[in-house]
Amino acid sequence: MKEYYLGVDVGSVSTNIVIIDENNDVIVKKYIRTKGRPIKAIQSGLKEIKEEIGEIEIKGVGTTGSGRYLSSILIGADIVKNEITAHAVAALNFVPDVKTILEIGGQDSKIIILRDGIVTDFAMNTVCAAGTGSFLDRQAARLGIDIKEFGELALKSNNPIRIAGRCAVFAESDMIHKQQLGHNQEDIINGLCEALVRNYLSNVGKGKEILAPVVFQGGVAANVGIKRAFERALDMEVYVPNHYDVMGAIGSAILAREEVKSKEVSKFKGFEVADTDYKVKGFECNDCANMCEVIQILAEDKVIARWGDKCGKWTNLSDINLQRLA
Amino acid sequence: MKITFPHMGNTYIAVKAMLEDLGLEVIVPPKCSKRTLELGTKYSPESICLPLKINIGNYIESIERGADTILITGSCGPCRFGFYSVIEKEILKDLGYDIDIIVFDPPDGNYKEFINRITKAVNTNNPIKILKSFNRGRIILKEVDRLFQFSNKKRAYAVNSYEVDKIMQKFSEGVLKVKGVIETKKLIKRIFKELEKIEVDNTKRPLKVGIVGEIYTVIEPYVNLDIERKLGHMGVLVDKFLTPSRWVEHNLTLGHLGLSEERKAWKAAKPYIRTLVGGHGRETVGSAIMYAEKGYDGVIQLLPFTCMPEIVAETILKTVAKDYDIPILTLIVDELTGEAGYVTRLEAFVDLLKRRKEERKFERVLSRS
Repeated sequence: MKEYYLGVDVGSVSTNIVIIDENNDVIVKKYIRTKGRPIKAIQSGLKEIKEEIGEIEIKGVGTTGSGRYLSSILIGADIVKNEITAHAVAALNFVPDVKTILEIGGQDSKIIILRDGIVTDFAMNTVCAAGTGSFLDRQAARLGIDIKEFGELALKSNNPIRIAGRCAVFAESDMIHKQQLGHNQEDIINGLCEALVRNYLSNVGKGKEILAPVVFQGGVAANVGIKRAFERALDMEVYVPNHYDVMGAIGSAILAREEVKSKEVSKFKGFEVADTDYKVKGFECNDCANMCEVIQILAEDKVIARWGDKCGKWTNLSDINLQRLA
Repeated sequence: MKITFPHMGNTYIAVKAMLEDLGLEVIVPPKCSKRTLELGTKYSPESICLPLKINIGNYIESIERGADTILITGSCGPCRFGFYSVIEKEILKDLGYDIDIIVFDPPDGNYKEFINRITKAVNTNNPIKILKSFNRGRIILKEVDRLFQFSNKKRAYAVNSYEVDKIMQKFSEGVLKVKGVIETKKLIKRIFKELEKIEVDNTKRPLKVGIVGEIYTVIEPYVNLDIERKLGHMGVLVDKFLTPSRWVEHNLTLGHLGLSEERKAWKAAKPYIRTLVGGHGRETVGSAIMYAEKGYDGVIQLLPFTCMPEIVAETILKTVAKDYDIPILTLIVDELTGEAGYVTRLEAFVDLLKRRKEERKFERVLSRS
């Protein structure tokens, strides 16, 4: 019988769910827009998978992304890992000798440096998110074009213009300025792609030794304009894996596979999760001046998890494994 | 006279006990909170570094509780901290508070002026009494640092690291209830004993991480989002290069004899940075090197957004990381720092250190066989 592993990556822009088999091959992948409602996104993703391939036995579950704790409680994860580790593991699976990973997601951009298959260094955007997926999304909307066409349009440019890309807000006003001057759309889009890459390399990639092979992944890797801008800036080939948009989920599924090797049963709660009624109730604790917003997750009106408090008073009420989430 | 002072990590414990011994009424500002920061951000210049904003918040919250005199330390170092007392005075004046502010600059040779200010603050000019209580305060400072260091160690080795948090929570509640040096000392002793009882797993081989950077950010847990606790729960043994007692040691006593840890850091930093760049920039570089030489697994640099000396250090640390083959993570905080992103970076860093360590162990085994 075949073995299947589930990986879930709940990010700011998209929620990705994959199922891999014991050879780490992707069986199903779902790319769902989170739209600020992660629980809904996870549930509808699982539902779609269930309808597509029927109920299969899942041997292990891993979660990652900014919503990794929430999703781990919801679906019962065997391992919860941060995005960097998950992305590195996934990239290694596709390009075993990868030395540099460029990853641009909805809100985070990161660079991961690997040597001999081990992460030796990484960096993430620190105080600013200029030039991540959400920013491109917005600009595409402003220009009235579909984000999917964004990259193709950039390739058509033959008169690149320079846009100030350090700060998202200033990039936007600079872009408007260039529009008012009468530059055509392709050139502006290409200018944005180059500004984003320039900003990424000087802000996130600063001081890092970027060696080939370079893998580019994350939602923004769909954008061929950015890919080409990277290739031009780095003067080397940039490789975009087939499943570039769900690499985090694949990584967490692979990690889950390693994790459950020594265990008998998975903590997976089953596909029924899709039909369970989950509610999130927050309240402000007024016991001290911190006034923490405590989040409670309720399944069928029963509290299954709590977090968000600084002092640990509320999280301490739940069991020990959950405390680690605070 | 009701005296108050800004928060800076655990210094309040020693300062409170010392001033209480001198017979003063002390108002400890409420623990730094969202409200402190909101008040501070509202009334401070927008692009000033974070510590000033927190200070202003502390003052206002203390004044609300009846404080009428503020004690501040100054600094001779060429970083914005040197202007803190001046700016803070102006801000409070503009807000219409009628309040006395006494500034302690590190004496830097001029002990007479220093003593003058102390006598003003403590209402006595009996030098023996002052020196005695100063010395007792210093001991408390040291003991508290030792206690927190011990709690960090316990967290890394404990079977259930959250038990440490519960006891330390008891400590910070208890401190506000006791009065003076003797009672505070007793409390510290009791907490030590309670911590000792926590069940530990000595087979654990925790990662060792050194924390360097701007002193306020390193010391004040509210500002660094409780980094010691977070790392401790991830099973990391944390050491801070800068602690209140080390600062006192350097600025008021041993530093002038060239014996303090900071002097050692200057020496270590010399190949990279030979002079003062303001704040603790030089110490940050030096202390990162010292941690590397002591065999630590990684170093984390903390700085408030726009902190110039630390930005200089950050750039140099990249070369240090390469030369000494040690991962260094830089985290910048300000009032807009999101906790989720912060935790992700910490987790990923700890993961990286773990994998590196395993790999090295593997290599050692291979080279032996």
